[in-house]
Amino acid sequence: MAECHPVGFQWVMAAKERGARVIHVDPRFTRTSAVANTYVPIRAGSDIAFMGGIVKYILDNELDFREYVLAYTNAATIVSDDFCDTEDLDGLFSGYDPELGVYDPTTWQYEGHEAAVEPRDPAMERETAMPMQHESHGPGVSARVRRDETLQHPRCVYQLLKRHFSRYTPEMVEKVCGVPRERFLDVARAWTENSGRERTTALVYAVGWTQHTTGAQTIRTGAIIQLLLGNVGRPGGGVMALRGHASIQGSTDIPTLFNLLPGYLPMPNAVLHPTYSDWVTSICHPEQKGFWYKAPAYCASLLKAYWGDKATPDNDFCYGYMPRLTGDHGIYKQVLDMIDGKIKGYFLMGQNPAVGSMNGRAQRLGMGNLDWLVVRDLFEIESATFWKNSVEVETGEIVPEECPTEVFFMPAASHVEKEGTFTQTQRLLQWREKALDPPGDARSDLWFFFHLGRIIREKLAGSPLRRDRPILDLAWNYPTHGPHEEPSAEAVLREINGYAVDTGLTLRTFGQLRDDGSTVCGAWIYCGVFADGVNQANRRRPGKEQTWVAPEWGWAWPSNRRILYNRASADPEGRPWSERKAYLWWDETKGCWDGYDDPDFEKTKPPTYRPGPEAEGTEAIAGDDPFIMQGDGKGWLYAPSGLLDGPLPTHYEPPESPVRNPLYGQQANPVRKVYDRPENITHPSPPEPHTDVFPYVFTIARLTEHHTAGGMSRYVEHLAELQPEMFFEVSPELAAERGLTHLDFGHVVTARGAVEGKVLVTDRLTPLRVGNRAVHQIWLPYHWGPGGWSKGDSANDLFTMVLDPNVLIQEGKAGTCDVRPGRRPHGKELVDYLNEYRRRAGNLEYHQTPIITTDAVHESHRRGRPDDGS
Amino acid sequence: MEVENRGLRDERVIRENRLYGPLDPAPEAGYGMDAPPRMGFFTDTSVCIGCKACEVACKEWNNVPETGLDLLGMSFDNTGDLTANSWRHVAFIEQPVSREKLADRGVAVGGQAGNEPPAFEGLPTSRTAAPEMAARAATTGKETGTEPGVPPSPEPGAAVEMATEFLGMPSSVLPGRLPGGERTDFRWLMMSDVCKHCTHAGCLDVCPTGALFRTEFGTVVVQEDICNGCGYCISGCPYGVIDQRKDDGRAWKCTLCYDRLKDDMMPACAKACPTESIQYGPLDELRERAARRLEKLHEQGETAARLYGNDPEDGVGGDGAFFLLLDEPEVYGLPPDPVVPTRDAPAMWKRAGMAALTMAAAAAVAFVGRRS
Amino acid sequence: MGVRTWIEGWPVYRQLTGTDPLGRGLAAMSPRSAELRPRTETADSMARSVCPYCAVGCGQRVYVKDGRVTQIEGDPDSPINRGRLCPKGAASKNLVTSKFRQTRVRYRRPYSTEWEDLDLDTAMDMIADRVIAARAARWEDVDDSGRPLNRTLGFSGLGGATLDNEENYLIKKLFTALGAIQIENQARI
Repeated sequence: MAECHPVGFQWVMAAKERGARVIHVDPRFTRTSAVANTYVPIRAGSDIAFMGGIVKYILDNELDFREYVLAYTNAATIVSDDFCDTEDLDGLFSGYDPELGVYDPTTWQYEGHEAAVEPRDPAMERETAMPMQHESHGPGVSARVRRDETLQHPRCVYQLLKRHFSRYTPEMVEKVCGVPRERFLDVARAWTENSGRERTTALVYAVGWTQHTTGAQTIRTGAIIQLLLGNVGRPGGGVMALRGHASIQGSTDIPTLFNLLPGYLPMPNAVLHPTYSDWVTSICHPEQKGFWYKAPAYCASLLKAYWGDKATPDNDFCYGYMPRLTGDHGIYKQVLDMIDGKIKGYFLMGQNPAVGSMNGRAQRLGMGNLDWLVVRDLFEIESATFWKNSVEVETGEIVPEECPTEVFFMPAASHVEKEGTFTQTQRLLQWREKALDPPGDARSDLWFFFHLGRIIREKLAGSPLRRDRPILDLAWNYPTHGPHEEPSAEAVLREINGYAVDTGLTLRTFGQLRDDGSTVCGAWIYCGVFADGVNQANRRRPGKEQTWVAPEWGWAWPSNRRILYNRASADPEGRPWSERKAYLWWDETKGCWDGYDDPDFEKTKPPTYRPGPEAEGTEAIAGDDPFIMQGDGKGWLYAPSGLLDGPLPTHYEPPESPVRNPLYGQQANPVRKVYDRPENITHPSPPEPHTDVFPYVFTIARLTEHHTAGGMSRYVEHLAELQPEMFFEVSPELAAERGLTHLDFGHVVTARGAVEGKVLVTDRLTPLRVGNRAVHQIWLPYHWGPGGWSKGDSANDLFTMVLDPNVLIQEGKAGTCDVRPGRRPHGKELVDYLNEYRRRAGNLEYHQTPIITTDAVHESHRRGRPDDGS
Repeated sequence: MEVENRGLRDERVIRENRLYGPLDPAPEAGYGMDAPPRMGFFTDTSVCIGCKACEVACKEWNNVPETGLDLLGMSFDNTGDLTANSWRHVAFIEQPVSREKLADRGVAVGGQAGNEPPAFEGLPTSRTAAPEMAARAATTGKETGTEPGVPPSPEPGAAVEMATEFLGMPSSVLPGRLPGGERTDFRWLMMSDVCKHCTHAGCLDVCPTGALFRTEFGTVVVQEDICNGCGYCISGCPYGVIDQRKDDGRAWKCTLCYDRLKDDMMPACAKACPTESIQYGPLDELRERAARRLEKLHEQGETAARLYGNDPEDGVGGDGAFFLLLDEPEVYGLPPDPVVPTRDAPAMWKRAGMAALTMAAAAAVAFVGRRS
Repeated sequence: MGVRTWIEGWPVYRQLTGTDPLGRGLAAMSPRSAELRPRTETADSMARSVCPYCAVGCGQRVYVKDGRVTQIEGDPDSPINRGRLCPKGAASKNLVTSKFRQTRVRYRRPYSTEWEDLDLDTAMDMIADRVIAARAARWEDVDDSGRPLNRTLGFSGLGGATLDNEENYLIKKLFTALGAIQIENQARI
């Protein structure tokens, strides 16, 4: 955190000054480790094993915050009798389909709801990263579940959890993670002792957790611990994602993503959602509790925002205009389609995949086979110049005179040359005032896409084609101003917020949205950002002049809430768990919730409220159900739906690993998404032979002095000079083993590429003892490319493209490699060099590590169908 | 402490300690007894996270040029030193240290600069990289476009000392910590260095043109419109801070953001510093704050923590920019006992005074002659 | 400048006649030093902004003089950063004024080895034509079973995490209306 979010880290330092103990777990000793009280080195990609050990420690010693766990989580809920755990099936859950490589989740459901599972197509769900919808809300489940408040039932979640993690002993943690057991126990003690009624512990993570084939499940493990310890919805608690771009949260909320629409509504699927009602009912599960129940209003209001007056209840709000998904249209699939010549044109908007994306060679070969490419950036980044300065030009794989791609570099306006909102990492929208006009031809992306749309509409005007109706009927009339006819960002934000069709007045809350076409709203979760016609994101009451929660600075979704699920900061009766940790409480005299934050709960619903047996939606949320976006109102220790690779997190080895999974016969995530292509070879991993060719683990990360793929730092003198050159770090032990010398050149090799840089031999890296062997880890920064003021090889060239099944995030933090002294071969010799490595590793051509490595797969398949089970 | 500080603004003290000894320098420099309070930096290295925001914020505000692309291999330090083109410099020291020795030397394990348990306890480590790394890094140097800039170290052994446990030995031969020794444990020290704005500033005292001057805030500033690049100040600085740009020949260094101070603004580096490692304020307040901080660290068992440059009785009359260090100054590359070159000047004052007057008269003649 | 002013401006004169007999302070102060003021004070305008790098969301103040950014520093009012910035945030002025910044449209013809100049309006028109053509080339009305697809696989987009919400909103809206489903950003990585 000190490395990549130094200013956020000031609050950690402030907490430390007040007595907090800061524990840092990381493969490498970083600037965070330097000031942490405790540093724990760990093997990259073994976080679930580490935290699974913590879960076991909590449960074995009954250190959970029992009152919180009973009242607010699904610990007491009974799961189907048909469910089989990884304990039974050597690392698989019940329901694995070896043909499709996915699970049928029927047997994972709560008892009595097995049959109620909607028709599912798990393979399609993986292809379209469908679980990603759950960033704002839980998946649909019924609220009417059987519970055992004594937690003794063998199939209650609490007992399942206990059994599932029974193998995750301190000895096993040591064996998997390379963390000595005493070191692990020290963390377990610290975490549990600092949690409960009087104290809370915060969990902070970044892409070191997410960029794995088990990314979503790693976060889940953290969430399970925090729920068990009562650290969710309370001040000083939480599971906090430190995101890496100024508005990466915003670009997920209002997604430029293939599988989502604004507010985490799903993109329609050709098979699953042929009609409007299919689409809408797939979003809200009948019998479900909570605010997601009102999804039809959010859907209708979005379509009204898109097609305005043309969208009416009679034509299903132009649902027929919506394009449909049929599978994976994600970035990695796109890249392969580009290589195959299927994609003609490509817009890059402030992203530099030639450097920043996994398997850089595939990225560049794809870009080199387009009809046209539009790059919008501040600088001539590598993705704009790949045709003249990439490694592939060096090797002859891209010959400029033969490269067909027509490239338009369109200079972009910087953040000070346009106005608009960023959404930062805690869901806070902040408006930026414009300081001055952009120089020369530089324009905002708002300008570019508004006018591009305008020109296209002009060119297509009068078209008789049915396919042109959606673009011609689009509500695309934004006021413009200034000599360049800049569209009004406030007008767009107003549409995002939403307004009533009849009065034109902006809405205050998504509760006002209707499914009858009377409201317009571009993103329901942002409804309220323009409440009362005022740009709430532009509120700037100085921090010193308000409470520590600072509710009058910017605007946080939803409804300006700063801590989600903050009802959990009070006990079931509505009293703060402790005075020290008071945040929200029920005020009996005022008859409403009061506190430092906006209640993430109906303001006047008392703690004593109990829903009737037929209640649905928000009415079904009891006065002590804090998790109002979950179908059952509870925090989920066990996820019966919503995750494709299991209801509970399980340690799997990264697809490329130097060791056999010590926990199960199943080596790696059996549901991971792979692309079996010659451009995308994966190294042999146990139990396969030839793993000795790539014997080391490598991991990558950022430096404080640079930003992502370097497009905003290698071209900035005052940053580039601070970390002037590509380098990589090795321990003295590995340096001795491979003959690497400090400050001399060295290079790291995989089957995908070779990356050279100066060697930094440092005590900040250490070999780990994993099982009976030493595992060496190499660390590389990934900021460099052949462009910019400071140039160098791109570390992402080393990675293969293999993805988490839930959200299609790639394994970008753990791979295997070799490391050698000296520079890598250049030119055509590089191709020969890599081929020689591939040959030695077993003549790899299309190699992917095997998906299934346990015989239990057949049993899993058999037990996945309730009819055949037991 | 407060009384002592106030005492520094005493006419008798000012008269007697013009060239050496405790002093509040602004009144002595013509600003009178109602000069603004002396302003300075207190850099608390125990909370430094090595982000280098100070280096960048300084360059952005003062339009300091870049210094080229040189990977120095000195841990994450690629600036190398304070130069005319780097007015803040964050030093990184990778230090292998054993738990026992840490305790012996008053470093609290789990305190401000040692992990608890020790960072690599229980892990299969063998030889340490730090001494070799430092030795090799020290020979790389850096082309900064300034003079003397960051030359390669003629004696890499000195760098080895910095990187390892400093044992107070004068030479580079370190008993028990030879290159290739066992790594028992580790800490990573970071420190943002800056011009010290000495009470008795050697650079200022030797400047023949009046380019260097004492401001009303008690700070020492090079005036870019006066400096003629003679370079005398370079040898006058006991810390080796001051440096010239090769292209224009002039000397440049931290001004403590003199322009910002005039508008009651915080210097750029202190304002940017995310963790308040760099604190800015009236020097007497900073000295009190530093004393409290030191006391707290000592209470936590961090008895090796010390203040550096805070003592008005030291060889430069105390620094306007002083530090809290977690180890010996040498570990951070700081001289242990800096002395202003003019220490012996009072004894020679009459002679020097006469000489100065003579020189001034000569300069006046020359100046008038040129004007006419 | 009168002779008297000139004489009084002379350091040695001031040294000999003033309160600074050693000439190391007030007497040595140059006219430039005397008149120095922070450029934030003399800026034409100040805009309140947000740092463009990571997602912490630090408040920035952007000072402009004569149509140029002259300083960017932390906004002390922000409860997030309290006026502080990291090295990247502190380099924001350098970012927006970098000499490496490209402010003209650049065009690379197919099979060319060099950039060419291109007029912005022409570029916009050419891009619109290409979007229409690529959209048509891989347009899909229905799937094999006759279910509606209403989409094109002819072009794609990547990026958005560095853009504004309003920009992403328009991009997604335009892509969706064009039937272009292939759009991704850094949130996937």
